[in-house]
Amino acid sequence: MKQSPIDTSKEYKYGFVTDIENVKAPKGLNENVIKFISNIKKEPKWMLEWRLKAYERLKNLKEPNWQKPKFPKIDYQNLYYYSAPKSFENKPKSLDEVDPKLIETYNKLGISLKEQERLSGVAIDAVFDSVSVATTFKDKLTEKGIIFCPISEAIQKHPDLVKKYLGSVIPITDHYFATLNSAVFTDGSFVYIPKGVRCPMELSTYFRINASQTGQFERTLIIADEDSYVSYLEGCTAPMRDENQLHAANVELIALDNAEIKYSTVQNWYPGDKDGKGGIYNFVTKRGACRGKNSKISWTQVETGSAITWKYPSCILQGDNSVGEFYSIAITNNHQKADTGTKMIHLGKNTKSKIISKGISAGKADNTYRGLVDINSKAQNSRNYTQCDSLLIGNNCGAHTIPYIRNKNASSNIEHEATTSKISDEQLFYCNQRGLNQEEAVSLIVNGFCKEVLQQLPMEFAVEAQKLVGISLEGSVG
Amino acid sequence: MLKINNLSVKVEDKIILNGLNLDIKPGEIHAIMGPNGSGKSTLANVLSGKKGYDVSGKIGFDGNNLFDLPIEERAHKGLFLAFQYPIEIPGVNTTNFLKTSLNTIRKSKGLKQLDALEFLDIIKKKAAKLKIDEKILQRQLNVGFSGGEKKKNEILQMSLYEPKMIILDETDSGLDIDALKIVADGVNTLRDKKRSFLIITHYQRLLNYIKPDFVHVLMKGKIAKSGCMELAEELEKAGYEKL
Ligand SMILES: Nc1ncnc2c1ncn2[C@@H]1O[C@H](COP(=O)(O)OP(=O)(O)OP(=O)(O)O)[C@@H](O)[C@H]1O
Ligand SMILES: [Mg+2]
Repeated sequence: MKQSPIDTSKEYKYGFVTDIENVKAPKGLNENVIKFISNIKKEPKWMLEWRLKAYERLKNLKEPNWQKPKFPKIDYQNLYYYSAPKSFENKPKSLDEVDPKLIETYNKLGISLKEQERLSGVAIDAVFDSVSVATTFKDKLTEKGIIFCPISEAIQKHPDLVKKYLGSVIPITDHYFATLNSAVFTDGSFVYIPKGVRCPMELSTYFRINASQTGQFERTLIIADEDSYVSYLEGCTAPMRDENQLHAANVELIALDNAEIKYSTVQNWYPGDKDGKGGIYNFVTKRGACRGKNSKISWTQVETGSAITWKYPSCILQGDNSVGEFYSIAITNNHQKADTGTKMIHLGKNTKSKIISKGISAGKADNTYRGLVDINSKAQNSRNYTQCDSLLIGNNCGAHTIPYIRNKNASSNIEHEATTSKISDEQLFYCNQRGLNQEEAVSLIVNGFCKEVLQQLPMEFAVEAQKLVGISLEGSVG
Repeated sequence: MLKINNLSVKVEDKIILNGLNLDIKPGEIHAIMGPNGSGKSTLANVLSGKKGYDVSGKIGFDGNNLFDLPIEERAHKGLFLAFQYPIEIPGVNTTNFLKTSLNTIRKSKGLKQLDALEFLDIIKKKAAKLKIDEKILQRQLNVGFSGGEKKKNEILQMSLYEPKMIILDETDSGLDIDALKIVADGVNTLRDKKRSFLIITHYQRLLNYIKPDFVHVLMKGKIAKSGCMELAEELEKAGYEKL
C-alpha cells in the first residue's frame, strides 16, 4: 500500500483546520521579523545577511502586473511570516516525539508518516505551515550518501552546499515574489544526490498551510551531482478559508554533468468556493539549471487547486546536449484562474526542450498558457517542440495561449502546435448511453486529453492524479 | 419490454413524431423502416434519453417509467443504442472506454469490477467471434475509424454489455457484405427469449439474415403500417409512395 498526498473524495476534503497552538512571528514584514525567523531557526550569520540583502532589494521592487489574472492588493504588513506548532520549539528528533495531533492531521490527508516509514518506498518530508514535521526514511538514504532533509537543517549541517547553490538559479534579485521568499522563507526541502548515485526511491514533500493569515514561503533546493538521478514529488493542500492566502515558494534545481532530475507536482491547494471566495494565491518560482553536459531536468505539474495559479517552471539549458522538459496539466473550474507555462532557455549546443501543456477550463474559469522558448546565438543545433492543447467545458470559460519565441541561431529549430477543443453534448450523450454519468464522462474525456502528461507521473501517483482530475471538474457540466 | 404509448416529439415547434404507439415484448425483434427524415433516429434518441426534445406520451420499459430514468440509468437497466453516426472522442482509448463502460454497468448491477487482464480476455474473445480486428481497440475511440469500423465497434459493445433492449439505428448502412453478416451474427447470437430488438433499417437485406418478428413503417410521425417480412419485401419493390 502506497500512501499518496492526493485524495479523491468529492468535496474539497482537506478543508479542515487542525487546532494546534502556534508560535508566530509578530505580524508584518520588517527586519525584526526576518531576524526572528533566522533566530528561531538557529541560522548562521551568513544566512541572516543573505535574507537581509534580499529584504533590502525587496524594498525597491514592485509586484509584477503583466499576468492575466488580476487580484486585489495584498497587504504584506497584515500577514504572519512565521507560524509553527508550539510543540516544535524544541524540534523533535524522531517521529515518536512529533505531536500526535500533527501525525493525525497527516493521517487525515492520507499521508501516514509512520506507515510511510514502514511500508512505502516513498520518502516524505512534510511541511506544516512553516516547519518541517518529519523526514522519513532518513537512514536508508544516508547509506547512499543522499541528503534529504528540511532546508533549515541543511543550512546548519551542510552550509557549504547551501552557500554554493542557494540563489544560484533564482538570484535574490530575481523578481518580487522570489525576492520576498528569499527574505522570509521558513522551511522546505533540501536534496543532494552524490556523484554516481541513483536515488532508490521517490522523494516527496508534502506542504500544508494550516494557520490563518499566514503566508507560506517554502524554499526547495535540489542538487543532482554528476551521473546521478532523482525523482521528486510535491503535494499541497490547505484548509478552506474565506480569506485568500499567499503561497510564494521558490524551487531551485541544479543538474550537473549527466545528471537527471525529475520533479513532479500535484498542486491541490484550496481553490476557493463556487463563487470565488477564498482560496490560495499560488505564486511560485520554479527554475532548474541543466548546468552540466548531457544533463536533464523534467518538470511535470498537475495544477488543480488554488484560486490563482501563477508559475512558470523553467529550464536553463547551459550544458551542451542538455534536455529540458515541461509537462503540464492546469485545470480551472468555477472562478479559478491560471496563468502558467514554462521558459526554456537554450544556451548550450545541441540542447533540446519539449513542452506539452494541457489546459482545461470549466465554469467561469480562465486558463492561460504562457511560455518562452529562447534559443541563444551559441546554442547550435538546438531544438524545441511545443504542444499546447486547450479543452473547454461549457460556454463561460476562457483559454488563451501566449507563446513567446526567440531564435537567434539559424541551425536551431522551434516547432509549435496548438489546439482548442470543446467537450460536445454529442460526446457526453454517447458516454451516458454507455452507462457513464456526466461526471464519469467528463473525467474519462479529460483524462484522455491529459494522458501524455499523466504518464509522466511516478506510477504510484498517476492513478490518484487521474481521480483528482475528475474530482476537480465535478459539477462542471449541467 | 418496451411499451410506447401515444408518443409525440417536437423540436423547435416542428412535429417529428405524432402519437406513435409500439409494443415490444421480451424476445421479439421489431424492424422499423421509413423514408429519410421520417423520425427514426429521433425515436431512437428519445428512447435512450437524449436531451433537446419536447416530448409527450408514456413509455414503459421493463417495469419502469422510461422518462423517470436518466440516460445512464437506462443503459444500466439494459437499454442499448447502436448509433447511426458514432461520435469520435479524441484522446480516449477504445479499450479503456469499453472497459470503463462495462465496469460501470456491472457496478450498477452489483457485479464485481473486472481488472485489465480479465477484461482483455473477454474483449479478445468477443472481437474474434465477431471477426473484428483487435487493432481498432488500441486506437482513440472512433477517431479516424472507417464507417464500417465504427459500426462494428457498436456491435462489439452490444455483445459486450449484453443489454436486454437493443436499438440498432441503421447499423447496416454503408457496410460491405461481410460486415453485414457480422452485424447479423451479432444480433442472432444475442437473440433469446428475454432480449428484445428494435432494428432501424432501409434495406431488406439485413432483415433476410435476422428474420424479424415484425416490420413497421414509420411515416408522418406514426407507425403507418405493420406486418411481417413480406412488408419489407413489398417496400423494397414498390417504395413508400404507395402507402
Ligand atoms: N435537433 C433538431 N433540430 C431540428 N430538426 C431536427 C432535429 N432533429 C431532427 N430534426 C428533423 O427531424 C426529422 C427527423 O429526423 P431523423 O434523424 O429522426 O430522421 P430519420 O428517420 O432517422 O432519417 P434518416 O433515414 O435519414 O436517418 C428530420 O426532418 C430532421 O431534420
Ligand atoms: Mg436516422
